[in-house]
Amino acid sequence: MSVWIDIGALEDVPLRGARMIKTPMGCVAVFRTSENEVFALDNACPHKAGPLAEGIVHGKSVTCPLHNWVISLETGEAQGADEGRVATYQARVENERILLDRAFLRARVAA
Amino acid sequence: MTKKLIVIGAGMASGRALEHLFDAGGDYDVTLFNAEPRGNYNRIMLSPVLAGDQTYEEIVTHDDAWYAEHNVTCRFGEAITRIDRDKKTVTAANGDVLPYDKLLFGTGSNPFIIPLPGHDLEGVIAYRDLDDTERMMAMGPDNKVVVIGGGLLGLEAAAGMAARGADVTVVHIMGHLMERQLDEAAGYLLRKALVDKGITVLCQANSKEIVGDNGHVKALILDDGTALPCDLLVMAVGIRPNVALAQDAGLAVGKGIHVDDQMLTSDEHVLAVGECVEHDGAVFGLVAPLYDQAKVVAKTLMGEQGAFIQKELSTKLKVTGCDLFSAGDFADGDGREDIVFRDPARGVYRRLVIKNNVVIGAVMYGDTTDSNWFFGLIKDKADISDMRDTLIFGPAYQGGTPLDPLAAVAALPPEAEICGCNGICKGDIEEAITAGATDLGAIKATTKASASCGTCTGLVEQVLAVTLGDDFTVPTTQSICGCTDMTHEDVRRMIKSQKLTSMAAVWQECGWKTSCGCHVCRPALNFYLLADWPLEYQDDPQSRFINERKHANIQKDGTFSVVPRMWGGITTPNELRAIADAADKYMVPTVKVTGGQRIDLLGVKSEDLPDIWADLNAAGMVSGHAYSKGLRTVKTCVGTDHCRFGTQDSTGLGIKLEKELWGSWTPHKLKLAVSGCPRNCAEATCKDIGVVCVDSGFQVSIGGAAGMDVKETELLVQIPTEEEAVLVIKAVTQLYRENARYLDRIYKWMGKVGLDWIRERIVEDLDERAELVARFELSQSIYRKDPWAEHANTKADRYRPLANLALEAAE
Repeated sequence: MSVWIDIGALEDVPLRGARMIKTPMGCVAVFRTSENEVFALDNACPHKAGPLAEGIVHGKSVTCPLHNWVISLETGEAQGADEGRVATYQARVENERILLDRAFLRARVAA
Repeated sequence: MTKKLIVIGAGMASGRALEHLFDAGGDYDVTLFNAEPRGNYNRIMLSPVLAGDQTYEEIVTHDDAWYAEHNVTCRFGEAITRIDRDKKTVTAANGDVLPYDKLLFGTGSNPFIIPLPGHDLEGVIAYRDLDDTERMMAMGPDNKVVVIGGGLLGLEAAAGMAARGADVTVVHIMGHLMERQLDEAAGYLLRKALVDKGITVLCQANSKEIVGDNGHVKALILDDGTALPCDLLVMAVGIRPNVALAQDAGLAVGKGIHVDDQMLTSDEHVLAVGECVEHDGAVFGLVAPLYDQAKVVAKTLMGEQGAFIQKELSTKLKVTGCDLFSAGDFADGDGREDIVFRDPARGVYRRLVIKNNVVIGAVMYGDTTDSNWFFGLIKDKADISDMRDTLIFGPAYQGGTPLDPLAAVAALPPEAEICGCNGICKGDIEEAITAGATDLGAIKATTKASASCGTCTGLVEQVLAVTLGDDFTVPTTQSICGCTDMTHEDVRRMIKSQKLTSMAAVWQECGWKTSCGCHVCRPALNFYLLADWPLEYQDDPQSRFINERKHANIQKDGTFSVVPRMWGGITTPNELRAIADAADKYMVPTVKVTGGQRIDLLGVKSEDLPDIWADLNAAGMVSGHAYSKGLRTVKTCVGTDHCRFGTQDSTGLGIKLEKELWGSWTPHKLKLAVSGCPRNCAEATCKDIGVVCVDSGFQVSIGGAAGMDVKETELLVQIPTEEEAVLVIKAVTQLYRENARYLDRIYKWMGKVGLDWIRERIVEDLDERAELVARFELSQSIYRKDPWAEHANTKADRYRPLANLALEAAE
């Protein structure tokens, strides 16, 4: 069963923006789309490990700030001609709070 | 044996439940309590009553005769004070104790009142019942009203009072109206329609306090200090289920009174229905699910099997002239795609959200005739793969027409200015076409449109295409990105001529094909909007590349570089000490002297940025904008201060220029230099704008480059005084800001419009020079400020991790 960890208020992540959270194995980027959906991905572009949390969020994608790779927030897949994928984690919003699935974060430590 | 049913609350849900119960022949002796001193009326029709389209009598659903016919004992104006579930009795306000077999809660909801200072003043009301409505109906022409809340109810209240002539202002905390039901584009269209009705709409407006005079409301004060005078203040910010009585009775309560699928509460003899309930985590504010619940309540009371199932909901706004519809789910889910259709000519916007070939959400504005069809697709979860390509056009167009890319231009009125250089309107071009000018060359020759700077060429061609139809083919031009068919130049002209002052306005009026743009168009639009509408448009950090959003240059490892400004390349021992201290304190790995005569601290962590800025600010330094598409540096030589060849005070002019120009945003980076003599030690002739001092004055030249391309500047003008040189440079900077394509350096822009075109405006036409300077100054009144200080003081949290789970996950 999922154990959800409250990581912060939805309003602390800018609309069409992202914030970073620290974990022992590196950073996870938490995105908020214009529709107030949240997504959590590894904060490292599959290309040159660019910090995705600093990218421009559009639709359900983020553009890496280093070399403009476009990454799907839903699947973590690089879009267009680029190939690569970043890990995604379950995230949801409840009562204006952002929750992440603890099991996923743990799986990540084990991996 | 006839059983006793006591109903608490005569609302729409409990009223409907009684109808179903009597229709089914239920053998109950019903007593109906209602705290409001009247029976059941159709609460959702209060808005038409307010607007004067209906009267209270017309919205009464159950009259005295109906209650009499069904032997309902009405106790209106009486509240229940206590419930004893063990004895199965209720106590009324007057002390009567009545037994029940079954008890039904229909206590509805309470409007949420923001506990602002002054919320208890006379004249501060919610919008909930007939009394509130009557207060609002009394607001005639000479009254000012403020409505807090830009949701469904707030807007209906605002429109109703505006229709009665009141001067209405809507204050909404979010970025666009009805953000729960609408996306930004539809919110923009709605706002436009309300403004047309004379309603003032303030978004992103935070209320701070309500001030009064003799106990009566006088004004609402926003947190930016704005005072909005008002005679009546309506709070329509949401509702909360009314659970107090149920809680006192010991029933299970969360957000609302907990009910199961049979509408039974935690006590099997007590039911609840309507806005007061919570079912499976959800609470309800729209009427459709309440009616479904009412059916189930009747079944349960009859001892039959019924189950309440939550269904998709749709919303329509009851404001005359604002046609909007919203349904389904926009909130969460994976694998979703958008289909967007915009018809700027008719002010139409449609957006469908699709998942696994099923429509799961729809937003429509302007033309909602097909809304039921789309709502049907959502409810039926119909597979739309066969009609996907034409789905957005609605049921009549299955297999129908493609979208017209020229709709935006076709929609322009004849007086819309197409060519800004020559003041040529769309109507002038249409006349020329009618008179026989059927290609671009002929239009240029007869009207001069697009014959000067040429940036409106695309628009002129589109006017030709719209007017001539198939007889004219638009040459293929490169659009900004996949979100639009328009070029940078087309969009810029639309922004100016149609006075588009928001991102959502551009997306709608230019027919954007995506819901919110992409990383290519958003930064360009953000620049165009802030350059053309410095006062009206608010800079959008989320549409900027990271360097400009965080005011520091990102490095390949995700760290940042920090470059404080050194005006004209001049520094002091104290500044150098502060820089050295900061480098030590934040363990800066690399300290480098830049080509722009200042010092770069490389390798600073994002979370340290606000602190290092605060330290540098404390030593009197500000951002060097080393990251911006804006003014970077003004490089100087030492000039007459020290140099035996110097002809003028080049350092002084450099400092003056940097102090005038800093903070301004430009299409690309802007580098200046001032050399004190033609030996040109500051290398001014390979800068975007260079000044070479000579004995008789100042040579201002533009369009140099020393990057991927290397170019020498070309002389714009030689001018005798320093003051004039500063004015010329401000004017040329503004001309560049207003006309160049985003990401074109000055030399690229000059290559398109020609040095002569620039010279005509800056050198020959002194009026135009003065106007350009004035517009530059206006923009600088907003943007000539230090972003470091602002971010260090108010946005420092954004630079730090949202959370640190290192310990959590390591357990």
